[in-house]
Amino acid sequence: MMQNAHIFKIQRYSIHDGPGIRTTLFFQGCPLRCPWCHNPESQKMPGKIRAEEMDGLVSGLISEIEKDRIFYDDSGGGATFSGGEPLSRPDLLFRLLDQCREGEIHTCVDTSGCADAKFLSGLAEKADLILYDIKLMDAKAHETLIGKPVFPVLDNLRRLSDQKANVWMRFPFIPGMTDTKANIKAVMCFLEKDTVFRKIHILPFHKAGEGKYEALKFKNPMKEIKPPSPERVAEVKAEFESRGFQVIIGG
Amino acid sequence: MNPRIDSLRAKTRAKEVSLSHERAELVTDFYETHAAMGEPIPVQRALCLKHILENKKIYIEDNELIVGERGPEPKAVPTYPEICLHSLEDLEILNSRPKVAYKVAGETRQIYEKKIIPFWKGRTIREKIFSAMADPWLDAFDAGIFTEFQEQRSPGHTAGGDLIYRKGFTDLKSDIRCCLDRLDFFQDPRAMEKQGVLRSLDIAADALISFAGRHALELDLLAASEKDPGRKAELENMAAVCRRVPAHKPETFHEALQYYWFLHVGIITELNPWDAYNPGRFDQNLYPFYQRDMENGTLTREQAKELLSCFWIKFHNHPAPPKVGVTAKESNTYVDFCLINLGGVTPDNRDGVNELTYLVLDVIEEMRLLQPSSMIQVSRKNPDRFIKRALKIIATGFGQPSVFNTDAILQEMTLHGKTIEDSRSAGASGCVEAGVFGKEAYILTGYFNLPKILEITLHNGRDPRTKKQIGLETGDPEQFNTFDDLFEAYQLQLNYFVDIKIRGSNIIEQINGTHMPVPLLSLVTEDCIENARDYNQGGARYNTSYIQGVGIGTLTDCLSALKYVVYDQRRVSMEKILAALEKDFEEEDILHHQLKKAPKYGNDDDAADDILRQVFQAFHNAVTGRPNARGGVYRIDLLPTTCHVYFGEITGALPDGRKAGIPFSEGISPVQGADTCGPTAVLKSAAKIDHLKTGGTLLNQKFLPELMKDEKGSQTVVHLIRSYFKMDGHHIQFNVVDEKTLREAQKNPEAHRDLIVRVAGYSDYFVDLTEALQEEIIQRTAHAVI
Repeated sequence: MMQNAHIFKIQRYSIHDGPGIRTTLFFQGCPLRCPWCHNPESQKMPGKIRAEEMDGLVSGLISEIEKDRIFYDDSGGGATFSGGEPLSRPDLLFRLLDQCREGEIHTCVDTSGCADAKFLSGLAEKADLILYDIKLMDAKAHETLIGKPVFPVLDNLRRLSDQKANVWMRFPFIPGMTDTKANIKAVMCFLEKDTVFRKIHILPFHKAGEGKYEALKFKNPMKEIKPPSPERVAEVKAEFESRGFQVIIGG
Repeated sequence: MNPRIDSLRAKTRAKEVSLSHERAELVTDFYETHAAMGEPIPVQRALCLKHILENKKIYIEDNELIVGERGPEPKAVPTYPEICLHSLEDLEILNSRPKVAYKVAGETRQIYEKKIIPFWKGRTIREKIFSAMADPWLDAFDAGIFTEFQEQRSPGHTAGGDLIYRKGFTDLKSDIRCCLDRLDFFQDPRAMEKQGVLRSLDIAADALISFAGRHALELDLLAASEKDPGRKAELENMAAVCRRVPAHKPETFHEALQYYWFLHVGIITELNPWDAYNPGRFDQNLYPFYQRDMENGTLTREQAKELLSCFWIKFHNHPAPPKVGVTAKESNTYVDFCLINLGGVTPDNRDGVNELTYLVLDVIEEMRLLQPSSMIQVSRKNPDRFIKRALKIIATGFGQPSVFNTDAILQEMTLHGKTIEDSRSAGASGCVEAGVFGKEAYILTGYFNLPKILEITLHNGRDPRTKKQIGLETGDPEQFNTFDDLFEAYQLQLNYFVDIKIRGSNIIEQINGTHMPVPLLSLVTEDCIENARDYNQGGARYNTSYIQGVGIGTLTDCLSALKYVVYDQRRVSMEKILAALEKDFEEEDILHHQLKKAPKYGNDDDAADDILRQVFQAFHNAVTGRPNARGGVYRIDLLPTTCHVYFGEITGALPDGRKAGIPFSEGISPVQGADTCGPTAVLKSAAKIDHLKTGGTLLNQKFLPELMKDEKGSQTVVHLIRSYFKMDGHHIQFNVVDEKTLREAQKNPEAHRDLIVRVAGYSDYFVDLTEALQEEIIQRTAHAVI
């Protein structure tokens, strides 16, 4: 696959981005600036995709996805679109989802939910599985830490719920940020009251992305923050489970 | 582990490896008396074996349950002066080398000096071989184009089938009698020769029966003086077992194990066949005995496990015979490549995994010994549970068991005219070599240096190291206009050297057939009795010879780099590349970088992988189907043992950017570090080789320990294996260890004596490996959790 500005990385043998063995395509560009981001290089938005570029791009990417089909068959895997934020490039994303469905390849979209509402029904319809981040329930904290309002994220999730989309929630468990009692409680209440989604992955903060910040000479806001203890993670897992959620640690 | 096994295991691990002169002296005594001079050679050899087995020391370890040692004590390794003769200097090297040493006593040196060397000098098979080889063979051998398996060990690579579980030696003796009675001295010009072979088999049967009898007597004596009533009963029972087998067909689990073990010791005493001997489809052969004893209530699961553990220790007591010269580098290890096969399918095509399979896996995990090696055969019919059980052991970083594709092996076998039932009783022995157990003599002839032939091609037939014109003059490479011109020249050189190798091997097979028959191995290899023909003369039902290609990944990357840089992009001239190779890329950083950036095998990139296909096909076409000297044909394998290190050492810088002296890629694995797209891409690339046209390929994968730590990780590896096998991959093995641990072990070997890694088709202690091999293993790409 030739280098291109829109997919910054293709990762084969991804085993933590949905079921089975998957090929993950990382989209370039994200509207959010989460301080714990593991792919800081993916944040900057690239230019628009030119019309004449699109067909070649899609067919090149699909043939990369096709390469591991035999592994998807055996493991119940498929393609995952992550980022960055794949919904920041809905034209490309939807073309890829359509083509995968046409070719009977299972798809999964890993999204922050921070996108224009008009794309959500398309997403619910075209993707086989959506991995949806829920980070901070407090509007002010969300805006301060991440740089965007929380309202559309929650609203979009309600829409997916109404459409009975297949969604696994993902909760980045970040010490001092998302791990407060109030936030965890608010997450659970919201999911219970406003959605049908009861499957949640707790993603404990880890330091694997640290080297990238150094390599990119980005300031790493998480430098001093330590990963949560396994005990603390187990505690939160139990808390979710006591309310009837199905919890998985990690992806 | 119970106290008995714990102590036996500690003993065998602590015991120093030594070189024993016992066998060499007995063999010399036998030939010095000229007692058997007038007899046909097969009979002489059988009588020689009988002489050894009737006179060697009987050793019985305290508390052991399975008896029989090749040497006068455990880990005392004999020599085989009729095959190859150690000089005093060799003995000194073996005694004092820092790694994989064999301690040599002063007495041994004296006996060697006074008796063994004077008698055998000029009479060994090794000398016969070298004097029979023509100059082109000798030049190619010296240049490192190929090695020769038979120069220090006798032909082998054979595993036992189910014969010994159906028949005792007295039954085989009556089969021999029938064949002797049927000999037709009116019509058959070979009748006399056949009579000699049949007599030799009969004598070999008697030799092993009497060896077992000597153990029975020794056990009687020990029992008589034993104070502990428990042990006394055990010794009495063991004596009874030794009186039953191998004379009669085994009736119990214990007898079946003891029978095999006597045979194993007999075969590796008779001569030093490559890869020792091997109980083959172990769980299947032993299961009926296990099942019957369990049903009778005469065996408990714990007792079965204890017997198996004792059996495992016997293998560990038998390090490989010490080698000299160039082959010492090929394979510098105590491991003698006996490979226990588990799983697969039954001859009537059912799932072959049984209760005993899981018990044996428990034993493998608990014993954690380098010998015997172990593998699982995975068929579509076998359950995932079986693979996952094996992965739990692999995840401990032990490198065992390795994983084989039964469905591929079946096709590899049937493609070459074997019956489907025989093919279902096939398996892998040695590293990865497939054969029909108990019915096929599949002899490995030597490693074949595929990248070196490119070096020769780039020098118009001249070897830059030995400065000799050893190949054809295929033209000045600077004059080649296209990649096809280059490839055609390569192919001409390849065919030329394959011819040299095959011509030599056919002579060597005849030397062994004439001078070194193996009556005991023939006795238990099916159809040798019916054919009245020795194993080394083509007596087995199937007779195959293999040439093992080494460095296919390196060669592919070299050709890909030349194609990409010189012929497609036309960015650099061949002249410039040759000059850079000459200087080992000194002050050629830009060119080096360009070559490194060319498409590489192992990334599921057809630009490189199509060249792999082309190279594979050329090697296959040069070898496969050519007649050998035993009525069978040649085929190819792709495995290196440790020869990729030796071949790398004697090859200069190459166009893939590899610098002079660095090891080649190993097996069919990509060049160390060249695969950057993860394990699925490696498997896809590797599957582009037509595995079914080989008799074995070896793929090594290094995984970081995290990858297999949980259920999902292990399930994912099961999927990887299943998918690779669906694509007809032959074999895959895993090193589960991180670089940090390996680096620490290099710095502080004493603290890491226990660290076991997968080398090629076997595991070894990391600290015992040469530094070059240690580095090579560290350089293999580790796949991490993503």
